[in-house]
Amino acid sequence: MAAIDGPAPGVAERARSRGWTETLHDWVATVDHKKLGLLYIGAGIVFFLIGGLEAAAMRWQLAFPDNDALAPDTFNRLFTMHGTTMVFLVGMPIITGFGNYLIPLMIGARDMAFPRLNAWGFWMFAFGGLLLYFSYFGSTGLYGAGSAPDVGWFAYAPLAGKAFSRGNATDYWILGILISGFGSLSGAINMIATAFTMRCKGMTLGRMPLLVWMMVVVSFLILIAMPPLTAAQVMLLFDRFLGARFFDTQAGGDAVLWQHFFWFFGHPEVYILMIPGFAYVSEIIPVFSRKVIFGYAAMVAATVAIGFLSFGVWAHHMFAVGMGKGLNIWFGAITMVVAVPTGIKLFNWIATLYGGKIRFRVPMLFCSAFLMQFLLAGLTGIMLASVPFDWQLSDSYFVVAHFHYVLIGGLLFTIFAAVYYWFPKMTGLMLSETLGRWHFWLFLLGFHLTFTTMHVQGLLGMPRRIYTYPADRGWEIWNLVSSLGVVFQAAGVVCFIAAIALAFRRRVPAGDDPWDAWTLEWSTSSPPPAYNFAERPEVRSRRPLWDQKHPDDPDWKYE
Amino acid sequence: MTRLGCALALLLVGIAARAAEPGAVQTPSIFAPVSAPSEAIADYAALVIGICGAIFAVVVALIVVAMVRFRARADDDGREPPQVYASNQIELAWTVLPILIVFVLGLVTARTILALQKDERPEGWLEVTAIGHQWWWEFHYPEYDITTANELHIPLSQAEARRPTFLNLQSQDVIHSFWVPQLSGKTDVVPNRTNHMWMEPTQPGLYVGQCAEYCGTQHANMLLRVVVETRDEFERWVERQQRPAVADASLADERALFERTACINCHQVRGTLADGRFGPDLTHLMSRATLGSGVALNNRANLIDWIAHPDHLKPGARMPAMQLSPAQVERVADYLVSLE
Repeated sequence: MAAIDGPAPGVAERARSRGWTETLHDWVATVDHKKLGLLYIGAGIVFFLIGGLEAAAMRWQLAFPDNDALAPDTFNRLFTMHGTTMVFLVGMPIITGFGNYLIPLMIGARDMAFPRLNAWGFWMFAFGGLLLYFSYFGSTGLYGAGSAPDVGWFAYAPLAGKAFSRGNATDYWILGILISGFGSLSGAINMIATAFTMRCKGMTLGRMPLLVWMMVVVSFLILIAMPPLTAAQVMLLFDRFLGARFFDTQAGGDAVLWQHFFWFFGHPEVYILMIPGFAYVSEIIPVFSRKVIFGYAAMVAATVAIGFLSFGVWAHHMFAVGMGKGLNIWFGAITMVVAVPTGIKLFNWIATLYGGKIRFRVPMLFCSAFLMQFLLAGLTGIMLASVPFDWQLSDSYFVVAHFHYVLIGGLLFTIFAAVYYWFPKMTGLMLSETLGRWHFWLFLLGFHLTFTTMHVQGLLGMPRRIYTYPADRGWEIWNLVSSLGVVFQAAGVVCFIAAIALAFRRRVPAGDDPWDAWTLEWSTSSPPPAYNFAERPEVRSRRPLWDQKHPDDPDWKYE
Repeated sequence: MTRLGCALALLLVGIAARAAEPGAVQTPSIFAPVSAPSEAIADYAALVIGICGAIFAVVVALIVVAMVRFRARADDDGREPPQVYASNQIELAWTVLPILIVFVLGLVTARTILALQKDERPEGWLEVTAIGHQWWWEFHYPEYDITTANELHIPLSQAEARRPTFLNLQSQDVIHSFWVPQLSGKTDVVPNRTNHMWMEPTQPGLYVGQCAEYCGTQHANMLLRVVVETRDEFERWVERQQRPAVADASLADERALFERTACINCHQVRGTLADGRFGPDLTHLMSRATLGSGVALNNRANLIDWIAHPDHLKPGARMPAMQLSPAQVERVADYLVSLE
């Protein structure tokens, strides 16, 4: 195994002397998986800030009953754009970015299998996102109607049809998502090909780091789940432009058909976003517990099982549409079964903690909160899978609380953990531990103020997506607390951005392996050179660096 | 578990109760059920919450114990802890145990679904067809041949004389969802389909709810009020609704003015020229407590505001401002407030 100390002599000097146009050209024309990974993550963080501002505006409107800070249509656009942004322009690029950055490094490869496809995918994603936001200016079109889309992020038919959604706003939603979807699809193909064909010598499938395994499962989910969405969106375009009648109920089309298409994509999408979170945790918890992951094979099996099950549960989003008893029972039961492999993962993480020497550095703090928050998210998921209970909870604030527990308490916390964990590798610089702790505690407090209370609003009968509510419903105090939480979350995010900015000013060198970790990315320099490894590594176990650090007690003896 | 349900219900109701001020509506908590299906759901929900709560407590305790007990100490010797790779027995244990819990929960769920999604209807059931519109509700009572809007009146169901209400749910435009949490779970209102739901209220009173599926600009103000009345009160209400519209001779001019406006293209007042079907039936407008699907109280001042500028009370409402002069608006309102 060769550790590279830095770029070849002279390269750094030349880089420093180059003008910004050349640097820009470098980033725009790059096919390097690391640069593309950073571009994905960076773009995701920018969209995250935009989506967060949209959420803050909505919470301002909902802080008080009968508030008129925002007009109804403005509010409806905000929640549509917030949901669409957070799922397609934040979650997807960030998980693709980490996958892109880490997979080749973790399997000892020099790049992804298809570097140019990789670059194409990123730019398709970026233009898709810009197209969606261009709707704020462009979608008025010839009709003089509309601005940004206001049909909700799942754009239910027939509301998204021509009769009820005039102007071009919905078309921007369709095309923006469809185009950014190409980025996800090409990324998925690339990650599968890379993991299956580019592994270094000795790295069998059974020795791949869990992160790589999980990203492979995610990639298969993307390959299967995205096409139905794309197909449905094309059908909706046909409805809107070519006089087709798929979803046009006024001409005999079927409104529920859209829901089947959308959720056949939409539910696997939840796992597409969540499994990468599991992946980061599965890498970070062992390192900070100083123990090997407990039950590697069970973790892989549970991930694959979740992948399969995720395609059999989509109609649990539709318990209220009037399905028959048989379908309700089936989809409720299969959804509950998902709890089994998910539980296996949670128990394995706890078993990894057990008997360790846990170091509560910032990445580990985020992982610790993740464990408990994701547990609660899973349990409210069971409640939502309990069909009769769901007849009350569906489309209420309880659902809003549930999926924010999944996507923030679960995914976003792990993304923060991943940023703090891999930032030293990506830049060669350490993030401030102090600011990281401020970020963690403020965000934790804000998150719970905002979203733990939302469960109560839901149980008290408050439906989602309402721009206002009367003062006599008993929801006032809960909504006010939810809105107050935004202040703390925003303060946490400010610390996060400040930590990143400060890292580039202070330039505290990280070294190649600041966390004393065990996977291959830590064996090369920080940041890694363009070619990753001067000499391709050879491994004998799942933790090659453990073997190197403990030649007397290597892993390969036990695996 | 029912006891736990009661405790939860008390907690949630108690927290939210600014209860029983006259005129104030009750918080539509799902744990304050007053109807057979919502009571069954609340009991079942308490069971599910109980099971999930127990799991939460146990697993959080495990996590906290592991984190506290195995945190790195200040006097750590720097040696790595023993590496434990896997254990098939342990994996098996925490696979089988959740399967058993899921199995039991699945059976209870199936039983509750079968009990609530039932096909047979007891003697004496009341049929109501509810039609969702952007952004208001239309109600037909085929038995009595009456039509009203936004405020549903249904009879109390008593053990000795059951009278559950079965709703046929239809939509005029996009998908809506009928949700009055204290009376029943929600059911979507889907165009080109007829969905069904039932309520069997056991306490008289006013229960509020609203559309629960996003349906466009004024989704938030597609409110629902359900008035549960004793058998006699309900019969009296029906009898009043069946009467033709009040024809006050002293308001003949006002009525004539109303009949000349475009109002009649969308609104019906039985026994007059007004026979539109696009908007709410106004035959007994003043028997309703609210305007604009619950957006404002139904009184002359709000009515004038509503007729002159529908966008003022409910921005985006489908009712257009008819560009009447202020004097004309007053006279149309004079006629409408006579429609008791």
